[in-house]
Amino acid sequence: MFTEATNFSGDVDLAFKVIIGISIFFLVGITTVMLYFVIRYRRSKHPKAVQVKDSNILEITWTLIPLALAMTMFYYGYAAFRSQRTFPSDAMNVTVVSKMWVWSFVYPGDKESAMLVLPINKAVVLNLTSLDVIHSFYVPAFRQKEDCVPGKTNQMWFIPKLAGEYWVLCAEYCGMNHSYMEAKVRVVSQAEYDAWISALPAKSAEPEGLSIIKKNGCTGCHSLDGSKLVSTSFKGLYGKESLVVTDGKEHTITVDDAYVKTSMYEPDKDIVKGLPKGVMKSYKGVISDGEVAKVIEYLKSIK
Amino acid sequence: MAETTTHSYLENTGRYKGLLSWLTTTDHKRIGLMYMWAMMVFFLVGVILGEIMRLELFRPGQQFFNAQTYNGIFTIHGIIMIFTVVIPGLAAVFGNFSMPLLIGAHDVAFPRLNLFSWYLFIAGAAIALASQFMGNGPPDTGWTFYAPYSTQTHTNVVAAVFGAFVLGFSSILTGLNFIVTIHRLRAPGMTFFKMPLFPWSIYATAWIQVLATPIVGITLLMIIAERWFRIGFFDPSLGGDPILYQHLFWIYSHPAVYIMILPAMGVITEIIPTFSQKRIYGYRAIAMSSLAIAGVGYFVWAHHMFTSGISTTERWIFSLLTFLVAIPSAIKVFNWVGTMYKGSISLKPPFIFALGFIFLFMIGGLTGLVQGSLATDIHVHDTAFVVAHFHYIVFGGVGFAFFAALHYWYPKMFGRMYNFRRANIAFAFMFIGFNLLYFPQFILGLMGMPRRYFDYLPQFTAGQQISAVGGWLLLVGIIIMLVNLFSKKGAKAPDNPWGGKTLEWTIPSPPTVENFENIPEVTEQPYNYD
Repeated sequence: MFTEATNFSGDVDLAFKVIIGISIFFLVGITTVMLYFVIRYRRSKHPKAVQVKDSNILEITWTLIPLALAMTMFYYGYAAFRSQRTFPSDAMNVTVVSKMWVWSFVYPGDKESAMLVLPINKAVVLNLTSLDVIHSFYVPAFRQKEDCVPGKTNQMWFIPKLAGEYWVLCAEYCGMNHSYMEAKVRVVSQAEYDAWISALPAKSAEPEGLSIIKKNGCTGCHSLDGSKLVSTSFKGLYGKESLVVTDGKEHTITVDDAYVKTSMYEPDKDIVKGLPKGVMKSYKGVISDGEVAKVIEYLKSIK
Repeated sequence: MAETTTHSYLENTGRYKGLLSWLTTTDHKRIGLMYMWAMMVFFLVGVILGEIMRLELFRPGQQFFNAQTYNGIFTIHGIIMIFTVVIPGLAAVFGNFSMPLLIGAHDVAFPRLNLFSWYLFIAGAAIALASQFMGNGPPDTGWTFYAPYSTQTHTNVVAAVFGAFVLGFSSILTGLNFIVTIHRLRAPGMTFFKMPLFPWSIYATAWIQVLATPIVGITLLMIIAERWFRIGFFDPSLGGDPILYQHLFWIYSHPAVYIMILPAMGVITEIIPTFSQKRIYGYRAIAMSSLAIAGVGYFVWAHHMFTSGISTTERWIFSLLTFLVAIPSAIKVFNWVGTMYKGSISLKPPFIFALGFIFLFMIGGLTGLVQGSLATDIHVHDTAFVVAHFHYIVFGGVGFAFFAALHYWYPKMFGRMYNFRRANIAFAFMFIGFNLLYFPQFILGLMGMPRRYFDYLPQFTAGQQISAVGGWLLLVGIIIMLVNLFSKKGAKAPDNPWGGKTLEWTIPSPPTVENFENIPEVTEQPYNYD
């Protein structure tokens, strides 16, 4: 369990050990004394209670000692945390973009990746953003998390110290597929990183329709490769016939321009049979008519 | 002699008979029982929802229902348990039934307002439950209603939020009633420092109810305004700030934890001297620590927001204050154990439940320190560790204290005894089941399992399965306890079955409608076992 995956994780684990250690001492100590009294002074052995006067000295003692220990625990937690909030100036920057229910990582040069690849022993600052609701970027192995709050940019930083692959999980509840919102951090050597980043295509090279789809988080539910997520895959969707339910009545439609637009602006109007209602929000006012046309153009290209 | 001073409060002496005589009662004891019956129904619904979630989580992947259903279940589980069970909990049931007896009063200060509070409670709960069956599907926000998800989701959030709003009013009015009762209706001679410690804890609780609840009331209305009228309080796409929501929500909801736990501590403070036949150790320290918890508890709310991006200064100040609020709780525990020293201890069921409370509450409290500390909270925040921690406080703490109080005052409530051996067996099942259920969640949290997860990584499977088995044992314990208490009438209870010294043990079991034929004159400290 105790890995020193980053420059911080060792200090965090020390704070855990101090606090849990003191806690176990209190728990075991008090429980033992309590059970001892219960057995020693049970009525069959000790029929008459002896009344004991309050002692201010005792009250003060058992106020001050826990106070001192509480301040010690506070200090360890604070010390291991303060360094996490002192940001280096020469770090590399990666922007974490979260949306229901996918992570993506934007590197300098407008390059986007679904996996966070980082060079070992190099400080990295993550700029945490969200396009819809609050998510939380959590890497358990690094002992770090920070929320991705829409409308603002939070930051965290660390130096990866151990090569390997680690889970990124979403820790702030964000709707239906919260528990599936995961990604990987891969920590590699500088040479491997350099090769990887230069092979990554810039975002501007991709079709505009795809960028719109990604930006709005559509791929959280609709895959691009034919696999089934929450809803229908976009691959081969355009032109297909589909059984839908409108106001409780089933009928067959063909996926055409008008249907795609209705599905984006009034998602609860024609529900594909078997899919739940009320899951997708309306994108009216979010995706413009012009953008819808670009999306349709892209959907036609992945038939 | 008037009927009200000779007849038990359980007999019908008023204008109506049967159920109607209960639904129109202004007797604090009957209202306390009506809260209890209602809460028992809500509690069992909440328990069953919890067991269903544990079954779904027994293996990774989908077992019985989909993610959306799971999200709806944990939301309504939280709403029922928090807003209709543990927040009103001990204050509404035993604050009503026992507190006026302990201070030597005929009733609370505003009996009709008291009945009105009960109706608000029922109405709020009904509205919250109706959210499951109306509109666009059950709410799926979690009981915390975090914005902007709660202002965007298509599910029926408004009904749930409005239910919580109405429940808040019930809580405020009950608090107000208790503050006035304690100020105005104490028996002659009973100064504040001659008052027993359960009323002290109810007094501290009542101030939080009155001062903190309006804030969540307004916040919940803001959610409704944002959903209906698109007023941008919280959603950044409307110009709002989601962090503002978290501040407003926790300014109430952290003190709400003390609304739950203070009366629980008060009950334990009554039970320990009675079964040790000893004066409570550190009377003043315990009374003052209740006020300290209520006071400092107001200024720790942002420890729920250490990962939300608030400033480093905010984070360390709230961390420091959180460590300070732990001290008065520790003082109480030391004084409880100190009271047992050289006592004459009788191991009856209420005392055994109280011992269980102390142990579970210590685990809940000490693991709270892990979350009060900055570096460690960053890791365990929003993980199963938090789930374990707050279940140790609200179930291990409040729940076990409630059961302790029920076994303690049951003879006074119903004029009957219950089977001790079966009560102890129920305790054993519940205590073992509880620890099996929630302790593994600490480990899962430390391993990095986030909370509110419908599906999980395979390495978390063993812990989830131990939890499920613990859940079954706990359920068996609860059933044994309820059958033992409520399936048949026990032997007639004496007026003072435990040898207690507070005023409720000087009157008949069950009490008459008026409680005291003549209000007693109080000249001594409570718990005078000399």
